[in-house]
Amino acid sequence: MTASVVTANRLGDGAVVYLAPEGRWTGCLDAALVAQDDATEPLMAMAERGLVDRLVVTPYVIAVEDGPDGRLASHIKERIRATGPTVRLDLGKQAAQTGVTESCHVPL
Amino acid sequence: MPLVKDDALVADTWTRLDDDAAMIDGPVVISLERWLNERDVLSSRNGPLGIVLTSHETPEQISDDLGRFSLICLEFPRFTDGRAYSHARKLRERFGYTGELRAVGNVLRDQFLFMQRCGFDAFEVADGTALEDWLRATTEISVAYQSAADRRATAMAQRQDSCTAS
Amino acid sequence: MYRYDEFDHTLVAERVTQFRDQVRRRVAGELTEDEFKPLRLMNGLYLQLHAYMLRVAVPYGVLSAHQMRRLAHVARVYDKGYGHFTTRQNIQYNWPKLEEVPDLLEELAEVEMHAIQTSGNCIRNVTADQFAGVAADEIDDPRVYAEIIRQWSTLHPEFSFLPRKFKIAITGAPNDRAAVKVHDIGLRMIRNEADEPGFEVIVGGGQGRTPMIGHVVRGFLPVPDLLTYLDSVLRVYNQLGRRDNLYKARIKILVHETGVDEFTRLVEEEFAAMTRETPQVLPGGELARIRAYFQPPAYRDLGKAAPTLDLALATDSAFAQWHAASVSAHKQTGYAIVTISLKPIGGIPGDASAAEMEAVADLAETFSFSEIRVTHEQNLVLPDVAKEDLYAVWQGLKEAGLATPNVGLVTDIIACPGLDYCNLANARSIPIAQEISERFADLDRQHDIGELKVKISGCINACGHHHVGHIGILGVDKKGVEHYQITLGGDATETAALGDIVGPAFSGDKVTDAVDTVVAVYLDQRQDGERFLETYRRVGLAPFKEKLYAAR
Ligand code: SF4
Repeated sequence: MTASVVTANRLGDGAVVYLAPEGRWTGCLDAALVAQDDATEPLMAMAERGLVDRLVVTPYVIAVEDGPDGRLASHIKERIRATGPTVRLDLGKQAAQTGVTESCHVPL
Repeated sequence: MPLVKDDALVADTWTRLDDDAAMIDGPVVISLERWLNERDVLSSRNGPLGIVLTSHETPEQISDDLGRFSLICLEFPRFTDGRAYSHARKLRERFGYTGELRAVGNVLRDQFLFMQRCGFDAFEVADGTALEDWLRATTEISVAYQSAADRRATAMAQRQDSCTAS
Repeated sequence: MYRYDEFDHTLVAERVTQFRDQVRRRVAGELTEDEFKPLRLMNGLYLQLHAYMLRVAVPYGVLSAHQMRRLAHVARVYDKGYGHFTTRQNIQYNWPKLEEVPDLLEELAEVEMHAIQTSGNCIRNVTADQFAGVAADEIDDPRVYAEIIRQWSTLHPEFSFLPRKFKIAITGAPNDRAAVKVHDIGLRMIRNEADEPGFEVIVGGGQGRTPMIGHVVRGFLPVPDLLTYLDSVLRVYNQLGRRDNLYKARIKILVHETGVDEFTRLVEEEFAAMTRETPQVLPGGELARIRAYFQPPAYRDLGKAAPTLDLALATDSAFAQWHAASVSAHKQTGYAIVTISLKPIGGIPGDASAAEMEAVADLAETFSFSEIRVTHEQNLVLPDVAKEDLYAVWQGLKEAGLATPNVGLVTDIIACPGLDYCNLANARSIPIAQEISERFADLDRQHDIGELKVKISGCINACGHHHVGHIGILGVDKKGVEHYQITLGGDATETAALGDIVGPAFSGDKVTDAVDTVVAVYLDQRQDGERFLETYRRVGLAPFKEKLYAAR
């Protein structure tokens, strides 16, 4: 059993986003639309619209799994994308958790 | 496809002939291969002849025959393949070619100025191209630091002039 | 330092306007990402893991205090309050917004800076000896030629779409601080028998996937022929360099596959032809014009005696320690060169906050004729400090948290951004650097170990110069887990060498121990005052290997 989501970078500021229901994009991995068992084609098709509408850049599929505190990207690179630089906990999405800057939601 | 030439959008009057197509009257463009295979026949043909070189074919391969061509097309298979810039400069500066030098293939306005500076004077562009955009592209950057085929006065030369003038 | 004239100003301003239009076209949907990407890269704008990244050129590593202040301002207004100085003597901003980049560039253009050709398959920002113009061992000032090359390479119509990126480095001194043997072209200033200055031209060095030491293709190139010769090398490369395989596209592969002799012949043939057609002889007038900008500043007539310095050295041991690591010989009597470490213990190598940048700008204004340099080892330099002012400079640095006395020591680590920021990375570099730095924090121990260059790259692209680190560390991905391959014996100087791989890679939590082991073997093996590199060259890989893998 594998689970996947579609990620991309937002065109305007490069922020990491994930495809959410109804073709919306969210900054939160927890809010992302999940495809089970590699059924990612419909997700990529939906993501296409984000490209056309110039919301995001280069969408691609990543593997996710359930962790103790919610959903987690499987690969370390995607974990770092989902949180921020591991050497600057005050920056990136994780900053919300460490209470330094804005929330991990980057609404479009 | 339309051409940008002499600051205008013009129709292409040349016919590009496939290697196995029968020869026709009027201005035709052929491949290097066809030229090398059929040079004798083609040399005696009346009517203007053009040739297209892909980016791995070199000006040296036609440098002795330049007088036969009134059009040379250099192909950019992708705009990131920059070999034709060197080929263009060699045709102009080394071999003294003075006929039309046309950029074909993946020709984009963001490379227009570079092409012009290397000696191209005609550009095959996509249908629906806005001429103003292309014209703007050649004037966007007015300073040239290097001498090239267009013989524009370089910044260095202009500095020297102003030194001697004052 | 060089100042723009109307031509330089016009070009950079026009380039900003051009890029503004390219951004507009992208946002308006006139350009797809595929079309836009090469355009933004040509202007140093990457898309990294968390955001865009803008790489700003610091031409040959020379900055004014005024420019440094602007870099700090940019960090505050357009980024998150800091910047990262790189091994290419550039500065990178990690969080700019696409639509703000044109404004950012306009602010840089006002202080004569730009991001032109800091990426893309073109001639990149030329790098040079960070002590250029002030080094005691210099033959000629390489900044003059570096500036000429900067201009020549900028928007070069023929060489903007090369098979791959192209890096040129230049040094004016026999002691090579610019790593000229591991660049696409390295230029070393020399004099011929008639005592005329010229260049030894080295081609085909490089790091990355296939590291190579460059070859001398021209023993002596007279100064006036510089640009025509560079044009010739580039033309040969542009036509014959491989475009079918990204990993074989650098000029080093062409030189290797063609053979040095044949490659040299092709270049000389092209050079002879170009000299007839489009000679770009460097006019004496232009040389003189540019040289005038690099005249020494108004040095005071200081004697050899420096009583304030002597007193401070004798009474303040912390200062003395910093002095021993950070101060280099200056060609002018009474002056010294100060290297400012951007490697605080446990810090991020090369990062500087806006406040730190401003502190350095302040000190440069007060004590160093307003000039600053960026080194390829990710440190900063105040090139012109009177010896009598060194104590005051140190106090200022201490106040700003910039007085780490570790230049050239084991904690003066080069590290690329790695997987914390970089899209191409296999593994993180910075946390490894931080851990090693903390392990070796003790200053007495560092001094006991002596000169030891640790260099870390997060992937085979080798931005962290691991191949030429005395100890090199390369991040690799083993089934999704970060691992690190260790090399020993690399050297970036005039005795350039590529490091030898010790064996299988170590997992992230074992790397610092491994470095510790390497250091222990060195200390054990060293004879009378040998540096690490000397011991390594004498004893070879075996004793290190044995200890490193003993427990396995
Ligand atoms: S070496 Fe690799 S990981 Fe490090 S900055 Fe360069 S490309 Fe990125």
